[in-house]
Amino acid sequence: MKRMTWLKSAGLAVSLSVALAGCGNNDKDGASSPPASSSAASSPAASGGDTIKVGILHSLSGTMSISEVTVKNSESMAIDEINAKGGVLGKKIEPIVEDGASDWPTFAEKARKLLSEDKVATVFGGWTSASRKAMLPVFEELNGLLWYPVQYEGLESSPNIFYTGATTNQQIVPSVDYLLEQGKKKFFLLGSDYVFPRTANKIIKAQLAAKGGETVAEEYTPLGHTDYTTIIAKIKEAKPDVVYNTLNGDSNVAFFKQLKDANIAAADLTTLSVSIAEEEVKGIGPDFLAGHLVAWNYYQTTDTPENKTFVENFKAKYGADSVTSDPMEAGYTAVYLWAAAVEKAGSFDVDKVKAAAKGIEWNAPEGKVTIDGDNQHIYKTVRIGEIQPDGMIKELWNSGSPVKPDPYLKGYDWAKDLSAGS
Amino acid sequence: MRGLWSDRKRLWLLLGYAAASAALFAAPLYLSDFRLNLLAKFLAFAIVALGLDLLWGYTGVLSLGHGVFFGLGAYAMGMHLKLAASGGRLPDFMDWSGLTSLPWFWQPFKSFPAAVLLGILIPSLLALFLGFFTFRNRIKGVYFTILTQALVIIVTTLFVGQQAYTGGTNGLTGFTELLGSPLRSDGMKSALYLATVIALIAAYALCRYLTTSRMGKVLRAIRDGENRVRFLGYDPATYQMATFAVSGALAGLAGMLFVLHVGIISPSMMGIVPSIEMILWVAIGGRGTLVGALIGTLALNYAKSGLSEAYPEIWTIFLGALFIVVTVFLPGGIVGLIRKGAGSVRKKTGRGNAHHEPDVHPVLRGSNRSV
Repeated sequence: MKRMTWLKSAGLAVSLSVALAGCGNNDKDGASSPPASSSAASSPAASGGDTIKVGILHSLSGTMSISEVTVKNSESMAIDEINAKGGVLGKKIEPIVEDGASDWPTFAEKARKLLSEDKVATVFGGWTSASRKAMLPVFEELNGLLWYPVQYEGLESSPNIFYTGATTNQQIVPSVDYLLEQGKKKFFLLGSDYVFPRTANKIIKAQLAAKGGETVAEEYTPLGHTDYTTIIAKIKEAKPDVVYNTLNGDSNVAFFKQLKDANIAAADLTTLSVSIAEEEVKGIGPDFLAGHLVAWNYYQTTDTPENKTFVENFKAKYGADSVTSDPMEAGYTAVYLWAAAVEKAGSFDVDKVKAAAKGIEWNAPEGKVTIDGDNQHIYKTVRIGEIQPDGMIKELWNSGSPVKPDPYLKGYDWAKDLSAGS
Repeated sequence: MRGLWSDRKRLWLLLGYAAASAALFAAPLYLSDFRLNLLAKFLAFAIVALGLDLLWGYTGVLSLGHGVFFGLGAYAMGMHLKLAASGGRLPDFMDWSGLTSLPWFWQPFKSFPAAVLLGILIPSLLALFLGFFTFRNRIKGVYFTILTQALVIIVTTLFVGQQAYTGGTNGLTGFTELLGSPLRSDGMKSALYLATVIALIAAYALCRYLTTSRMGKVLRAIRDGENRVRFLGYDPATYQMATFAVSGALAGLAGMLFVLHVGIISPSMMGIVPSIEMILWVAIGGRGTLVGALIGTLALNYAKSGLSEAYPEIWTIFLGALFIVVTVFLPGGIVGLIRKGAGSVRKKTGRGNAHHEPDVHPVLRGSNRSV
């Protein structure tokens, strides 16, 4: 053993040089990353030349990649479109893509890298609430800017995040109202066991209690759970008017297939899902889903001139059989809203962009959206849709005009106790 | 002549240690905030790798469950930080999940010293407990390894399922302060980094002491022939349990440091994939050499973060290819390669002692043949 000792010291030296090499080789992105010890405080606008860097941070590997890659694609498309028209403030947008790898600590690490190494002006990213919550402290610490494109559970309003997906009063609350108006009183709440379904169901229970509905059961299954025979037996026993479905990911495939195996069709049992969009319909198979309801703010079939162009361009870029969905549209919209805010501010500085963003309006594929300056969410039109056998979603009802975002549900008497802790 | 050679080796070794420590201690001077944070995280990982190497490389016990010990330490610290960040109120996720008061088992984590103590004690006691029922019953080899995998599944399922008490898949995040000072101030970051370096050096010293002491000899003897050790009158189970407990404690310590640097802990960090990754750090560095564990951890993690930054869309393929290349062509790991190279140089120059071990592969030489 002794014979080897000098080799050990050589080994130590190697480990060191590996460490140093790892640190040294990352200045490849150009002049903007300063050497050691200078603080991360310099403004993002400092990135010189004719380009401005922005970050795109989604899961490109792991379980969430199937969903998040589509959002990355629509955001890249928006950036290409803006660049084709001359960029923002005369600068071309240069996206720096990072992989969050479906792992929340990785999201935090990559967010830190984008902000402090690449000095990006803003970041578009995230899908799961867990990834957002992991990134939030990093954005607040380094005063970065994150555009988060997915519907979520509300009760949050970070000064460093813009939320372009729906908050609860733009998706869940109106969809429950819609069901109640249709005479559906007995709700069976089914969700994956994590923060979004838990919070959503808490809100739904309060809403039902206040409006004369009834929660007949509340069931959670772990993420990735695939055996729903017990749950389906419980549904049969409880005889609800509607199953309100907040399952996420693979579980939806299993649930709807097993529902069909149990000979329960959409005509026998209404279900309303909030995490199934066109992309997921394609994955699960329209056969299993036709006739079931969903609630979103955008469908591929949404009838606006902007959406026609959006869908055409997307198909031209990513293939004729690709579909567009709500989170993709929200990611696309986020890029345009950021660009508009930068133009209005005349600067890439985060604080100036945030100040300028207030009240910005834009004709998105989903229709007109407006940034609410108070909570940095956007006004969105609510749409209830029915899944068609061809995999598209037909709109059954919409809110008529964009709904003001209310993440803490302050405008609802029955929700008073919900946001107490926040 | 022999004495001189040995002195020279000692000198080299000391020089190596001094250079490595100096470079680590000086890192805040030449690394950017982000790179320092990454290095700190990797050094925390290196502490797990040392413990794993002690268990696997020296004692021949392969644990694919170290993510759990790491996670328990991390959660202990995370719970303390979460309580500190909530400032007397109920942590936010408990509120969502419908709890109205703090669960009893969260209470001790209000105190920082208690959290640190529990972060080391809980994993090592769990290891001791598991070791008691396995090693005493002579459950070893693959059967032990499968049990550790089962432990991973049980614990992660428990943590994901008990959202009200653990934060579920989100894990714990949103930390703001440690001991009353902001967690993200420059001073705190440097302090935490230095604490990690000191912890790593202490862990290295401990493992080196254990492996070079009498106990180290027994451990290697257990690895190479457990029954013979038993016939000689030693009780292998006691040694295995002790090593497993030390290894678990080191993983817990690493987990605590990890949370302080990364600011989040979720069940995904204690799952099967991270547990296997930890083994890869040791395997690729060269098991049965403490320095190999360090090199493997740093090399692999830098490769991981460097590749994912350079090729965000396809980095997993590169990383997979790297694993295959190293395991197929470098079964002795990086240190094995260095030794081989150095050995052939020495043969050519005629330096070194004439006595040398036959060209047995380090892995073969070090493997537990009963596995």
